[in-house]
Amino acid sequence: MPRFPSDEWIKELSSKLNASESYERSAKDWEGDFIFVVEPDDAYDETAYLFLGLYHGKSPDAELVESKDTRDAEFVISAPFTNWRKVIEGELEPIQGMMTRKLKLAGNMMKIMRYPKAAQEIVNCCALVPTDFGD
Amino acid sequence: MWYFVSPAIVFGEGALDELDELRGRRALIVTDAALVQLGLADRVQIHLEKAGIETHLFDGVEPDPSLQTVRKGVEAAQDIGPDWIVGLGGGSPMDAAKAIWVLYERPDLHPAEINPFVNLGLRQKARLVTIPTTSGTGAEVTWAIVLTDTDEQRKMGLGNRENVADIAIVDPVLAAGMPPQLTADTGLDALTHAVEGYTCTWHTDVTDGLCVGSARLILENLPRAVADGSDLRARERMHNAATCAGLGFGNAMASLAHAMGHVLGATFHVPHGRAVSIFLPYTIEFAAREAPGRFADLAGLLDCSQGEGEKAARSMAERIRDLCREVGNPTSVAETGVEREPYEAQLDKMVDDAFNDTQIITAVRAPSYEELRRLFLHAYEGQGADF
Repeated sequence: MPRFPSDEWIKELSSKLNASESYERSAKDWEGDFIFVVEPDDAYDETAYLFLGLYHGKSPDAELVESKDTRDAEFVISAPFTNWRKVIEGELEPIQGMMTRKLKLAGNMMKIMRYPKAAQEIVNCCALVPTDFGD
Repeated sequence: MWYFVSPAIVFGEGALDELDELRGRRALIVTDAALVQLGLADRVQIHLEKAGIETHLFDGVEPDPSLQTVRKGVEAAQDIGPDWIVGLGGGSPMDAAKAIWVLYERPDLHPAEINPFVNLGLRQKARLVTIPTTSGTGAEVTWAIVLTDTDEQRKMGLGNRENVADIAIVDPVLAAGMPPQLTADTGLDALTHAVEGYTCTWHTDVTDGLCVGSARLILENLPRAVADGSDLRARERMHNAATCAGLGFGNAMASLAHAMGHVLGATFHVPHGRAVSIFLPYTIEFAAREAPGRFADLAGLLDCSQGEGEKAARSMAERIRDLCREVGNPTSVAETGVEREPYEAQLDKMVDDAFNDTQIITAVRAPSYEELRRLFLHAYEGQGADF
């Protein structure tokens, strides 16, 4: 079971996205990569950077990277580990999360708001990855 | 954690007199030509002038206001330099007023950049009063702004909590002249707000009471207001109900019926309230199969429940259809006069556009592409959703 956050986990997410017809259709015009920054909190004491490449309904690559500058990404979403866990487990809806600053987005929000279904499908695919949170 | 935002609300017969107490120098009234002809803009001007405020009119707002119209309104505001912007009318002038105000304060923004994730820094130049003349869109109390991108034939859901009005004047006398069809369309819009605000995944304890209370008022009073527009008691209760529903769904969210209704409106120009209320029962039936809970609860609270679970949720759908028929409104897209061939020709685009409407993310049962396609077709034919 992939540990979150890890190279294995983000690659598994990438794989789930590539298998999702619903994601493919909802993001068929999408261009823009993401870095998810997992910040330390009481449940996790490091900072991790997960790169997710997204292009025209597919995820061409994904990896754990050293820093948010290691790969070019149009969007960077940062949040403490516990908030990422809540998103993955379906307890925190990501758009509400961004509206309440539980997730901080750097990037063109206008562009993301044009693809709410694609954003929802990414979260749905996160939920399909059996995840070890280190409990 | 979530938020509840509201303007100061002055409600009831005579609420318009509150404008006599406004302090300022210059007001831009954003409205439509019909309301000017009906004399409603004059009434607002008289009160503002009594307060010593110079008034100017921008009456070019069309139904489903476009980005282009908003830009013209911004130019007018820049010429006039108001310290009050007054949105007078249905949802279209009020939403246009919100957008004009934001862009007057922030000319650096593209309209599409008015979103809930940024700090706008408003109220440096002007403040906003909203005055509804329909019962209604609830736009007088929401921070949402719906504009139409006429190039892409697509509705754009914009808005920021900061752009909620400073004052909402909810005076039923301004809605008393609505003809029956408009009364029905806007009343059903308010009902859809109440139902979706209660049942969407973003529902909250703080908004539930507003949604239930407003739904109850609408079920009781809409038929009366449609049958007899001079029934001022019914008019007042509808006007208040629409504002309550606006507070309810505006601080929760709308849902699938609105995502579908926006698309029908943008593509075939079906009036908003008529469109969303056509789809509402079908979306309830669709949800009822897997997630009936909140719909069943609401049916119970509104005394229209038969049975439990899915059966109760479906009784809510039927109650809404009964209300539509009672007020003379269609319960299928075909009844609106939209022809089948163009509807089917646009179906793929409509499904895509509905999926890219932010309201869809709060559906309790998220449809797949195929399911949404079927839902559009069932709603066209008037065939209950049973899948």
